[in-house]
Amino acid sequence: MKKLLTIVLVLALCLACFAGCGGKKDDATADDGTVTIKIGGIGPLTGGAATYGFATEYGAQIAVDEINALNSGIKIEYDFQDDTGVAETSVAAYNELKDWDVDVIYGCTTTAPCVAVASETFADRYFQLTPSASSPDVTAGKNNVFQMCFTDPNQGATAANFVKDNSLATKVGVIYNNGDAYSTGIAQGFIAKAGELGIEVVAEQTFPADTTTDFNVQLTACKDAGAELVFMPIYYGPASLILQQADQMGYDPIFFGGDGMDGILSIEGFDTSLAEGLMLLTPFNATSTEERTANFVNTYKERYGEVPNQFAADGYDCIYAIYEACLKIEGLADMDHAQLCEALIAVFTSGDFKVDGLTGTGMTWQVNGEVSKEAMVVEIVDGVYVQK
Amino acid sequence: MTFLGHLVTGLSLGAIYAIIALGYTMVYGIAKMLNFAHGDVIMVGAFVCFTVVSSLELPPVLGIILAVILCTVLGIIIERLAYKPLRQAPSLAVLITAIGVSYLLQNGAQLIWGASPKSFPSMFNFGGENGISLFDGQLNISYVAIITVSVCIIIMIALTLFTEKTRMGKAMRACSEDKAAAQLMGVNVNQTISVTFAIGSALAAVAGVLMCSAYPALSPTTGSLPGIKAFTAAVFGGIGSIPGALLGGILLGLIETFTKAYITTDLSDAIVFAVLIVVLLVKPSGLLGKYVPEKV
Amino acid sequence: MKTLNAKQKTSLNGFINYGIIIVAYVIMQLLLAGDALSNKMQSLLVPVCCYIVMAISLNLTVGILGELSLGHAGFMSLGAFSGIITAAALANVMPNPILRLVIAIVVGAVIGAIGGAVIGIPVLRLRGDYLAIVTLAFGEIIKNIINVLYIGIDSEGLHIATKEANLELLEDGIAIVKGPMGAVGVTKLATFTVGAVLIIITLIVVQNLVNSRSGRAILAIRDNRIAAESVGISATKYKMMAFVTSAAIAGAAGALFGLNYSSTTAAKFDFNTSILILVFVVLGGLGNIRGSIIAAALLYILPEMLRSFNITEYRMLIYAVILIIVMLVGNNSQIKSLFGKIIPKKKGESVNG
Repeated sequence: MKKLLTIVLVLALCLACFAGCGGKKDDATADDGTVTIKIGGIGPLTGGAATYGFATEYGAQIAVDEINALNSGIKIEYDFQDDTGVAETSVAAYNELKDWDVDVIYGCTTTAPCVAVASETFADRYFQLTPSASSPDVTAGKNNVFQMCFTDPNQGATAANFVKDNSLATKVGVIYNNGDAYSTGIAQGFIAKAGELGIEVVAEQTFPADTTTDFNVQLTACKDAGAELVFMPIYYGPASLILQQADQMGYDPIFFGGDGMDGILSIEGFDTSLAEGLMLLTPFNATSTEERTANFVNTYKERYGEVPNQFAADGYDCIYAIYEACLKIEGLADMDHAQLCEALIAVFTSGDFKVDGLTGTGMTWQVNGEVSKEAMVVEIVDGVYVQK
Repeated sequence: MTFLGHLVTGLSLGAIYAIIALGYTMVYGIAKMLNFAHGDVIMVGAFVCFTVVSSLELPPVLGIILAVILCTVLGIIIERLAYKPLRQAPSLAVLITAIGVSYLLQNGAQLIWGASPKSFPSMFNFGGENGISLFDGQLNISYVAIITVSVCIIIMIALTLFTEKTRMGKAMRACSEDKAAAQLMGVNVNQTISVTFAIGSALAAVAGVLMCSAYPALSPTTGSLPGIKAFTAAVFGGIGSIPGALLGGILLGLIETFTKAYITTDLSDAIVFAVLIVVLLVKPSGLLGKYVPEKV
Repeated sequence: MKTLNAKQKTSLNGFINYGIIIVAYVIMQLLLAGDALSNKMQSLLVPVCCYIVMAISLNLTVGILGELSLGHAGFMSLGAFSGIITAAALANVMPNPILRLVIAIVVGAVIGAIGGAVIGIPVLRLRGDYLAIVTLAFGEIIKNIINVLYIGIDSEGLHIATKEANLELLEDGIAIVKGPMGAVGVTKLATFTVGAVLIIITLIVVQNLVNSRSGRAILAIRDNRIAAESVGISATKYKMMAFVTSAAIAGAAGALFGLNYSSTTAAKFDFNTSILILVFVVLGGLGNIRGSIIAAALLYILPEMLRSFNITEYRMLIYAVILIIVMLVGNNSQIKSLFGKIIPKKKGESVNG
């Protein structure tokens, strides 16, 4: 039986190998002159980080559908592959997309996989734009990789500056996930900047994973050290627990989060009164009345039954950025992925390429791949974001 | 005062580990299998309760009852389909099947409830308060913690009485000692093991509800880390021993909390596991585990 | 005469294993040369080699020594990070990538072996599930420690710190391991050929160990420790021998794995990875080395193959179902008796399979 099974599996495997190399690049140009760009996304759709992967997949899907409905001469074909949040799987997902004849890589959602894939795309010459992998290591030394989100140290420094400029606190506590590159990156950026600005970091507390549930010790340490502000560059899931436990122990400092905090108001069943007064750095405001954002939020809710967070909005902007850059390229129809990569790099770094999106207006990119856009600090008042 | 605060935190966390560990140890003691899917049954129990209370807006009591019933049924189905056919197979085969079931439950839950985290409703609010406040609010003990500790002790006593006094309990102990001999003495081994799984799964539902009440974050992967920690706790206390599971759970919670509070938060997991290794080296069958001499 | 036959059979079995690897290698090389291998398959070649080596290594502990280990990924992690650091440290001194890779693998194996000895000396006196939990704990400790380590290198040598700011590198220095970010900017050195050679070396080591006098002692301890000790076999010595060999091989596989990606995090080598490898071993058959090779190759590729069917959401669900069904079918006594002759023999009967 086992042998039989083995033989069947081996045969299936061989078929899959050969199936992969079939279907050589079909002509990208249709009869009516429409050019098709294949965008391949990578992110976690299973495992602990799945929720962020789905947000980036869905946000981009909405942008793809809008663009395809425009009939502008550029059509986007879109595929999104699961990487389970692991570098090794991410590289496999990337190769799956290569077999699909992808033109541009959109992703990865999480940092460590993105670093691994970025060095592959750099060698293979594919243009890559990530919605949310925010470490400087993602773009370091790779001219083809660009970010839609702020880099971690940058975000930490911005937060420290904001605390100083608004005299929010002189003594701060920091709670971060030291098993996560994103969280650690922002926290260390914040601590370094706080030192320069003369803000005293009285407590530096960590937890090992986003599945951690008990934060009483960390909160007690901040409380006992007299922290007036607690900086938490972490995702909204564990943050909701921290807020709840702080409330229970009667500790009420100013809580300050990074962009990963966005989404806290839309956790199903979360008592949003706990988040009153919470400040966060976010490029995106789902409660905004601005027309484009409102449309996006409505479409997203209709299709996926949830309020989109900044992951989804960054994803949406990524697709538009790629699309608008493609519009500026001449002779798009005859380009292979490597030529398209160079052309897109030229557009993104040209200096006059500006994108208006949900997460910022007039966004530009530096040569090192970092985005330049306005950082916005909001405070949650009566369950909505109020810009500070 | 801070010390007392940490003590309360450690006890509450330990009680959660203990209640999960009770389910682990129960199944291990009788069926001699490491049920790695136990943590995921906990997650399913919590999700069922969440759906009933938050989405359907029915009373919490109904949520708990439904969670217990559904988890018991789920436990019986899993046992029938995945574990029962493997009674004669090597124990590692069952372990791998349990891991398969664990993946299945996690991914199934993600398809049903989605991947985004949910906030579990607070069900233990009495008079608008969710806990007792002592020393002018310097020390807070939540009702969930009190309830968890009490439920833990009740379950431990009930399980001990059940295995000591009832017919079924005796059959269970017989199976745990020697399956073949039990069978010869007229014990229906298959049925006994099925009942054990049903009880273990019902306990998992209770543990799920209590865990998510104490730490109200719920996602398809919620069960896996507490599952591993509770497994550790069960081994710590001596796997198979019911009072050992309680002791192991509480101690694990306390060690973890005090490590974080007084040594470092950076390496808390490493230190907790290092303590575990040391304890096992000194007492190789756990704190309350029975030493079984080897026979040739 | 009979013993000679048995001996011939064991060596024949061993040669079949080498044959399988060599044939598979040649086929893959031919496919590569003919450009007939999809990118995805190409990218899976090296990791498959790593997992095959890991599976053989764990089989030595679980199948042949008979001790359940749930933290084997910990040794892989040790090997991966020490290999990465070695390769980075030698980058300027040794331009030949293959040589650097080989040295990194050797260092990975040595560090793995040291880890195996450190953990083996105290814990091998535990038995069964207690040993399992200690190995699990060990894997978690390694993960936790590497997660807070920052390691950099400059002209003065290695710098190790627990905060990036404390690394104090000179101008020419580079940070190799950055805490939770893991190792980044790793030069990819691993090649399929080295992977295949590593499998062959692993096979040579393990098969010769098993067929040696020591191997028979190890098997005797597995089958009945007390009886084995009563005839003068030192259980501790042979247990350590098997365990440390297994850890060294895992370290070597880890080094190869780490040098195949430009970034590697400690979180990758968690409980789930240990379990994944255990699944390969159990599915392939305990003590059955050929089974481990085939199971590792097929099961690692399976979830990747499932990508082709456009069922993203159900991919891991289907994987879980296949896992359960294979275990049920493989262990069903009725099916077993029907196919009794062709099923690889159970634990204890064959160690070379």
